[in-house]
Amino acid sequence: MTYTAHALVLALVANVALGADDHVRQRADMIRAIEGDVQATSVYLQKETLDPQVLNAMRTVPRHALVPKDVRSKAYLNRPLPIGYGQTISQPYIVAIMTDLINPQPDDKVLEVGTGSGYQAAILSRVVAQVYTMEIIEALGQRGRADLQTLGYGNIEVRIGDGYYGWEQHAPFDSIVVTAAASHVPPPLIQQLKPGGRMIIPVGSRFLTQQLLLIDKNQDGQITTRQILPVQFVPLTGGPDR
Amino acid sequence: MVSAAPLQPAARPPYGSIAVVSATALAYEVLLTRLFSIVQWHHFAYMVISIALLGFGASGTFLALRSHLLQRYTFAYIANLVWFGISVMPCFLLAQRFAVHPEQLLWDPLQMLGVTLVYVLLALPFFFAANAIGLTLMRCGRAVTQVYAADLAGAGAGSIAIVACLYLMFPTDALKLLGVLGLFAAWIAAWELNAGGRTLRFTAIAALTLPGALLLLPGHWFSLAMSPYKSLAQQMNVIGARVEAVRSSPLGVLHVVASPTVPLRHAPGLSFNTTATVPEQRAVFIDGDGLTPIDAGGPRSHFAYLDALTSALPYHLGTPQQVLILGAGGGSLVRQALYHGVPSVTAVELDAQIVALMRGAYRDFSGGLYDLNTVTVHVDEAREFLARQTRRYDLMQVALVDSFAASSAGLHALNEDYLHTVEALGAYYAQLNEGGYLAISRWIKLPPRDTLKLFATAVEALRRAGVADPTEHLLLIRGWQTSTLIVKRGRFTRDELDRARYFCEERSFDLGFYAGMPAVLSNRYNILPQPYLYEGARALLGATAQQFMADYKFNIEPATDDRPYFSYFFKWRTLPEIAALRGRGGIPLLESGYLVLIATLAQAVLISATLILLPLLKRMRAAGVRRRRLSGYFTALGLGFLFVEIAFIQKFVLFLHHPVLAVAAVLSGFLVFAGLGSYLARRWSERMPARRLVRAAIGVVVVLGSGYALVLPDLVFTPLTAAPLAIKLPVSLAFIALLAIPMGMPFPLGIARLAEFAPALIPAAWAINGCASVVSAVLATVLAIHFGFTAVVLLAVGLYLLAAATFEF
Repeated sequence: MTYTAHALVLALVANVALGADDHVRQRADMIRAIEGDVQATSVYLQKETLDPQVLNAMRTVPRHALVPKDVRSKAYLNRPLPIGYGQTISQPYIVAIMTDLINPQPDDKVLEVGTGSGYQAAILSRVVAQVYTMEIIEALGQRGRADLQTLGYGNIEVRIGDGYYGWEQHAPFDSIVVTAAASHVPPPLIQQLKPGGRMIIPVGSRFLTQQLLLIDKNQDGQITTRQILPVQFVPLTGGPDR
Repeated sequence: MVSAAPLQPAARPPYGSIAVVSATALAYEVLLTRLFSIVQWHHFAYMVISIALLGFGASGTFLALRSHLLQRYTFAYIANLVWFGISVMPCFLLAQRFAVHPEQLLWDPLQMLGVTLVYVLLALPFFFAANAIGLTLMRCGRAVTQVYAADLAGAGAGSIAIVACLYLMFPTDALKLLGVLGLFAAWIAAWELNAGGRTLRFTAIAALTLPGALLLLPGHWFSLAMSPYKSLAQQMNVIGARVEAVRSSPLGVLHVVASPTVPLRHAPGLSFNTTATVPEQRAVFIDGDGLTPIDAGGPRSHFAYLDALTSALPYHLGTPQQVLILGAGGGSLVRQALYHGVPSVTAVELDAQIVALMRGAYRDFSGGLYDLNTVTVHVDEAREFLARQTRRYDLMQVALVDSFAASSAGLHALNEDYLHTVEALGAYYAQLNEGGYLAISRWIKLPPRDTLKLFATAVEALRRAGVADPTEHLLLIRGWQTSTLIVKRGRFTRDELDRARYFCEERSFDLGFYAGMPAVLSNRYNILPQPYLYEGARALLGATAQQFMADYKFNIEPATDDRPYFSYFFKWRTLPEIAALRGRGGIPLLESGYLVLIATLAQAVLISATLILLPLLKRMRAAGVRRRRLSGYFTALGLGFLFVEIAFIQKFVLFLHHPVLAVAAVLSGFLVFAGLGSYLARRWSERMPARRLVRAAIGVVVVLGSGYALVLPDLVFTPLTAAPLAIKLPVSLAFIALLAIPMGMPFPLGIARLAEFAPALIPAAWAINGCASVVSAVLATVLAIHFGFTAVVLLAVGLYLLAAATFEF
């Protein structure tokens, strides 16, 4: 299918069930839900609100146009969705805080490993200068590339291939977002992160993000990680000296 | 379809076909567990099969409402067997297509519609099989004890046969075989019941042509539809990935995957600081998940990455000469020991198939790892292996075999795990040389669960081993992904602790705990919201440890052999808080495995009550029996029998050690000997009143059941633990026989009593017993998780006493 035809189909399907106004309203509801969740977890995120730029991106990117047809009606619910090939798209709240935690700047160059639906890349593209995204599953990568082009995201480059070695040609990156789970953090990605840069990785099962791993590379190249529980939950109720 | 030839009143009940259909139905149940563990996960299998077994209960209700079928017994009996045989295969093949990922249910309750369809599809074969057996129980009058004996003996044979089959063939082939066996049962029935030429010919042709028909059908119709969320399915999405080898046994299906385009690099918890690369690997998936890698052979330098894992710590504390690896799998920990210059490595692996792969098809690839002079490999269960020898080790490593995804979702909550109990750690510790180390690695979860539970278990094991203050025997470190706990037989020296600090600093790992550790070292590289492990470890060693565990929001109390649920972390008290956080990232905290169990129990009770038992109430009222007594008797027996069986399966698994063999032998033993009890019941009931016989049988069950639960482990299992299987198996079967023979008597004697004065109520008793059995199987697990298997047996004893009190319905 050509891109034009694809765009037509996409536009039709995306808007048949609901009008554009409905999607705007749904996104506004989604943003309110995200803001509420962020306030509830402010202790862990160490902030009361997210970067307005990030929220603005969440408000404008048409999530419904980037998920498979059968789950499109649920696109703006604050929940993860299956996108085929055993992959999922994280719930909007997780996407928002992941984007916020890398502290994106307008001039930044960001690498994403695991394009998936393309939604995270689309959000990033609204807040940074250039997004490079890699997908290991060929069919997903092609679909993501076509959808992102159709929607007019000109500052996203999609490559199908192994993200383990990063994208040497465009390295170093200000930030790296790894959306696909790996048994360990690939050393080449750490090397391709600029000093002062951040990498974020969601850790958990297929549908659920249990924790976020935020990797900081300081100006000396030293690495520290922060493990962030994206929910206000204190397991310890006291210490040994209670 | 089949001609209707009425059964002559004096005709002999069809014992042969009853035995075959029972054997096939039980084998089908075991096989379904295997098949759903491959395409989905164990706990999903547990849920759908438990509910599907309500097909037995539904059959009782159906027969009660359609008692006219008895007029055409031969037709109805054979027809149900034919339907059973026909439905076995397509019902599973269709059902697997509607299975959903359990986590989807948390977000999308509508997915329950698909799961309901799975229930119905899987219940159908059991419904037909139960109809056949139930009709015969209704029809056979005083011969009921023999029919029940044939039913139980067949089921016992089926449980052994399916295990043997799974060693010989793939599960999908076993499924085809069961379909043929179902039709074979129909053919035997036609022959046994003199059903007439047409019926005999029809069933014979059906049984004989099915295998041929199966060969003609497209192969992909029979392929397993693995969940796309399983690790194997995900790996196969990668460009160029291919399955090189498949092996199958009752322990699981192994897929060996090569990925030449995008190399596999499995190194959980690898330090950020390492420059070492992961060598070429093959991935071995067990039931499509739980990856164990096989590293390609090569010079020592290829394996430097193994020194950048938390599990490498013990090699930096000392220079162990004798190392034991428990759960060796594809050999990573063996390789790690060799990398560190260990001259003698002993590897223990339960699954013979993976050892065969390492010594056969992957011998060259792995550089002959398992055939090196420095490596000795044993195919054995870890605790059995330790029990049989007196050799001591400088280091024991327990491998981390669960997949992170399944572990983090709490999917192992229902698995009995005898490798991480207080008694297991005590056994490991006892066979360490003085100054030796026990090292166990776990996944890091946030908030911590496994690591703290393991720590609490180690503290308790050390105390039981006579270590008054375990503080100086424990050392805990963590990376961002894995933690490693070291238990030393002796106190850690200052020098060892300095080495541990240096090891962690070099790799940016954090220290979790050691005696006298400054708090400042606990949260430097992998920063947690709080130094959970440090605080938790100190609390667990302090005077208020019990209070700390009670207050902690997850269950981190040590697992024991009586409550072997290491991965059970759920606490009801925490549920409202997590539920309130549902949309706010709180769902991952839910520990869904346990909730699946509770959901299964709730569904089983609800479906039993509303769809199966309520329709029977009116009929029971009309029959003029003492309904409460009748219901109490058959409910108590249904619950009690399974409680005893399930609890003792676990007790004997621990004694016999090999899980597959033990479950098959013990289950089969209980069923066959209970069948013998049923057979003897008739003879003995001719010499004494049924009431007296029931009370005598229950008296024996009560005395032996409680006696076994309380003293068998100490008086028999412990002294014989090192004995060979040739002794342990007959001893086990002898103990089982003494208990199971009287257990087999009360049910058929109750049915025989009904046959005398209210035969119309036999299906009701059959339905009650079927429903109670299903509820019992699930409830037994819930009770064992909370109170232990000993409590389950004692409760069963109480239920048998209740049965004795309600026999005169």
